Amino acid sequence: MTFPLFPEQASLGAREVDYVMLWLIGISCFFLLVTAGPIAFFCFRYRRGNQVNRVHIRKGALALEFTWTIIPIFVALGLFGLGASAYFRQRHPPEEAMELHVVGKQWMWKIQHPEGKREINELHLPEGVAVKLLMTSEDVIHSFFVPSFRVKQDVLPGRYTTIWMVPSKPGSYHLFCAEFCGTSHSRMIGRVTIMPRAEYQAWLLTGEQGESPVAAGARLFRELGCTGCHVGSPAVHAPNLNGLFGSVVPLEGGTTTLADERYLRDSIMLPNLQIVHGYEALMPSYQGKVSEEELMAVITYLKTLGSGKRGERIGGPGSAGAVEAGGEAARVQPLHLDMRTPAPAVVQPDGAPAAGGPAKGGTPP
Amino acid sequence: MKVEGQPLHSHFETLQQQENASTLGMWVFIATEVLFFGVIFTAYVYLRWEYPAAVRAGSLHLEIVLGSINTAVLLTSSFIMATAVLMAEAGRRRLASLLAAITAAMGVAFLVIKGTEYSMVIAHGFFPGAGGGPVPGREELFFWLYFLMTGLHALHVFIGVGLLSGVAFFLRRPRGVSVNAVRNIGLYWHFVDLVWVFLFPLLYLASHR
Amino acid sequence: MNHSELTQPVDLPARENDSYLAKHTVRSWLLTTDHKRIAILYLLSILFFFLIAAIAAAIIRIELVTPQEDLIGADMYNRMFTLHGVLMVWFFLIPAAPTVLGNFILPLMLGARDVAFPRLNLLSWYLFITGGMVSLYAILVGGVDTGWTFYTPYSTTFTNGHLVTMVAGVFIAGFSSILSGLNFIITTHKLRAPGLTWFRLPLFVWGLYATSIILVLATPVLAMVLVLIAAERLWGIGIFDPAKGGDPVLFQHLFWFYSHPAVYIMILPGMGVVSELIPCFARKRIFGYKFVAAASVAIAVFSFLVWGHHMFVSSQSVYAGFMFSILSYMVAVPSAIKVFNWTATLYKGSISFDTPMLYALGFIGLFTMGGLTGLFVAAIAVDVHVTDTYFIVAHFHYIMVGGMVLGFMGGLHFWWPKITGRMYPEAIGRLAALVTFIGFNLTFFPQFVMGYLGMPRRYQVYPEEFQFYHILSSAGASILGVGYLLPVIYFIWSLKHGPRAPDNPWSATGLEWTTASPPPVHNFHQIPVVVEEAYQYPVPASPPLEAALPGKSQKGEPL
Repeated sequence: MTFPLFPEQASLGAREVDYVMLWLIGISCFFLLVTAGPIAFFCFRYRRGNQVNRVHIRKGALALEFTWTIIPIFVALGLFGLGASAYFRQRHPPEEAMELHVVGKQWMWKIQHPEGKREINELHLPEGVAVKLLMTSEDVIHSFFVPSFRVKQDVLPGRYTTIWMVPSKPGSYHLFCAEFCGTSHSRMIGRVTIMPRAEYQAWLLTGEQGESPVAAGARLFRELGCTGCHVGSPAVHAPNLNGLFGSVVPLEGGTTTLADERYLRDSIMLPNLQIVHGYEALMPSYQGKVSEEELMAVITYLKTLGSGKRGERIGGPGSAGAVEAGGEAARVQPLHLDMRTPAPAVVQPDGAPAAGGPAKGGTPP
Repeated sequence: MKVEGQPLHSHFETLQQQENASTLGMWVFIATEVLFFGVIFTAYVYLRWEYPAAVRAGSLHLEIVLGSINTAVLLTSSFIMATAVLMAEAGRRRLASLLAAITAAMGVAFLVIKGTEYSMVIAHGFFPGAGGGPVPGREELFFWLYFLMTGLHALHVFIGVGLLSGVAFFLRRPRGVSVNAVRNIGLYWHFVDLVWVFLFPLLYLASHR
Repeated sequence: MNHSELTQPVDLPARENDSYLAKHTVRSWLLTTDHKRIAILYLLSILFFFLIAAIAAAIIRIELVTPQEDLIGADMYNRMFTLHGVLMVWFFLIPAAPTVLGNFILPLMLGARDVAFPRLNLLSWYLFITGGMVSLYAILVGGVDTGWTFYTPYSTTFTNGHLVTMVAGVFIAGFSSILSGLNFIITTHKLRAPGLTWFRLPLFVWGLYATSIILVLATPVLAMVLVLIAAERLWGIGIFDPAKGGDPVLFQHLFWFYSHPAVYIMILPGMGVVSELIPCFARKRIFGYKFVAAASVAIAVFSFLVWGHHMFVSSQSVYAGFMFSILSYMVAVPSAIKVFNWTATLYKGSISFDTPMLYALGFIGLFTMGGLTGLFVAAIAVDVHVTDTYFIVAHFHYIMVGGMVLGFMGGLHFWWPKITGRMYPEAIGRLAALVTFIGFNLTFFPQFVMGYLGMPRRYQVYPEEFQFYHILSSAGASILGVGYLLPVIYFIWSLKHGPRAPDNPWSATGLEWTTASPPPVHNFHQIPVVVEEAYQYPVPASPPLEAALPGKSQKGEPL
């Protein structure tokens, strides 16, 4: 039987965390020796009855106090630096990371790959590819924890959190829920399987394929009636969604907000919370009418409605039609969607790549 | 300064020591109250930061006239209480008792006006849970905070009325009330007033920029 | 000669007539305003709650011996660890040192006859008992399964436990904390004996003072947070409910704003006890008195600034994380300063290893380890990995059990003769201390390893590879249980059969040792006047004289 002290390092990030951990262990051992050593020694040497020199006892020594105050401060700052820099990298996924969707609920993990494949309590990942997970919860706070990646992130209802990793070692690893979530909290576990890239591609083609999130999102965008107000020249005055994601939205009352995933989600579920400047509170809420996975799909689709490349953020490199904060932002050119053909759902004025999967004919409201 | 009423408890050496302890005790107690109210004020700040429109809209539905009257009532009552303390220090027990009683009465007036306000707000359907009211957004939460904050404050006013009534009553008895106790209760009353001075603009004046 | 002078010679009547323990009626106990009796009432109360919480821990540890669910069902398991946390935190750890040791010893150390507000003190105890009964009721009718941290929205919208009743109990007990803290602050400011200036105070007083600041400023926040989650649960106000636009993480901010300072409420008095024990059993004044005193206050202040380190993975912003991480490192520094000063105090001392000293040394070792692992979890990247695992469980148990409980036991042994007038049996005392130390380490050290390997906390079933560590931990827990049980037995035994203690069996400095053991009702026949600094242990001139130092008398012999 082996007794490892560290779990396997299955991602590039794991290595970094273990490195910080080793520093911490080293410094702790040092400080423990520096205190326990003298204590043990003094207890032995100065035990009562031992005839030894005890003269010249000092009340205190300023120099000593300063020394053992300043040195720990610097050690602390050093440790802070180590931990914080590793953490900073953990929180900033690369732009080109492959995005998967994760929905946690009592008591399972539902995962969807961008190509459409779905998993429950299982996560297959390709080796050597940066992967970002966009996560939410359907009910209470859960926490997505893979010890072998050394990553953990709480998964919240009504909000999106992200986590990213570069899987580096093929194998099978634990996935745990790490925030108490009710009766079967300890059974909300799963397995992360890392495969070499070729195997992963092959695996993607096995089993049930499913609609990709972008295609599903485009379909839902029609089926749920969003196009009725947000597309073409509608009778209802609704904000244009082109290039919305990543832009700064002016709100009623003079404030602005960034249109991130959370804003998009809130606009669909709690539309009257924040009204866009110049519009009225007319949009109905979709609370209870759309599941978390469907919401993520719609949001993924909305992210593609940009000025140019798919999912490009405003202000990013090469963005065409950059939008500034201000009153005109909402009145940029309207979306052109071909409603009649079952063609790929996303068609941009300058021809962005289409999402895969068949689009079903939608019924406008 | 004529000292009356409070006997010297056996664990104190001098009356001065005992009184100093009481006064410091009141100040520390007020510090705990600041932290206590601080949490609700934090919740208010959260709401105002995230949903300013809801706070403004909700504030419009409050009874600003009644709220203003209440502000005047409390501020005046604090002035009267300060005078009561002065009178107690000067040894004028009956006048101090009368002024304390007037302060208590003004506290009661505050509570009555507040009760009227509550019934008006509820009649308009703004009580949380009663269908959420006719306006959208986070106003329901605003009204929760309104009731919670003013309710907590009203509870403290109620306790203050009790304390002041006690002062007014016992000042007329042979036993009397020590000047220190009158001063400390005055401190408490001023604190209650101060909390209102913050509550009023945050809740009632949010829509009047 | 001790460091106080009496202004007149005293005439001590027979101990039995004058002792605070003389009157035996139930009424004289339940309506007492004597701080010493109130301390005893608290001692019995916290022991009661500790026992229930310890049984829950035993059940948990037995269940965890196997990876499957065997002893109890999942819902029951979740209620067990919640019960353990709630009772241990609010009904044992927070009250124990302040209300038992603090209540009894503080006025004596200050040369006072009682605390500033004795009737308020009694009210505090009744509030504590009431809160405890309400929480106990909640447990008996089915309990709560949210964990002691009550995270929303599980606690407000999803759990089927008796949340409101449980938090009502904690809410009521919170007022007990606030009033006790208030009492101690005023007592320390206003009831010091003549000549007892701030920098002549024993360090236990400084520790209690810092604790009391946190008690009065942090507990009101808890009270309001509990009101908010009760309101959310009862009326669905929506402040923590994302479906209504609320924010579940707001709860975490508000909760930890109290709960982090709360852990310093637990440890500061224990540190104060150690600051009393080390000088006494090394026969040497404390090294760096002012720094140790200042460190206590610094810890209290800093403790309010670090709450976000419980929330690194909660979706808190990266920069907030940075701030909380730096501040968490800074709060470790004053604790380190204390450890260094204690170590320096031992240098050229004359050290004896009586039971209180064993507990003090155990405290220093285990608290240092717990504190060092605090450095681990303050490193954000590491915390991301270990938060919500057994690493954290081990970290806080090292501090709370290894630190606070050992400190409390050390203080209880040290002041037992003063409190009861009897000595406990020294040999068994030392044995129990050793058993506790060994049992403790066996219970909790494997948890550090398991935690880093990924074993999550609050899990009833777990992957087989963790079983080895769980078995070690459960075995250790049974030994630790013996270590706890022994003192209970011999302390009770000592009440009737222990040798009678003299006024100052340890030849310690401190005003509490200048009065009888047990003290008379009014503490001192004559309020002492203080003329020297604390810890004026005699300085040995040269080695031969060292043998003539007054030793601790085991059998109650006069000094």
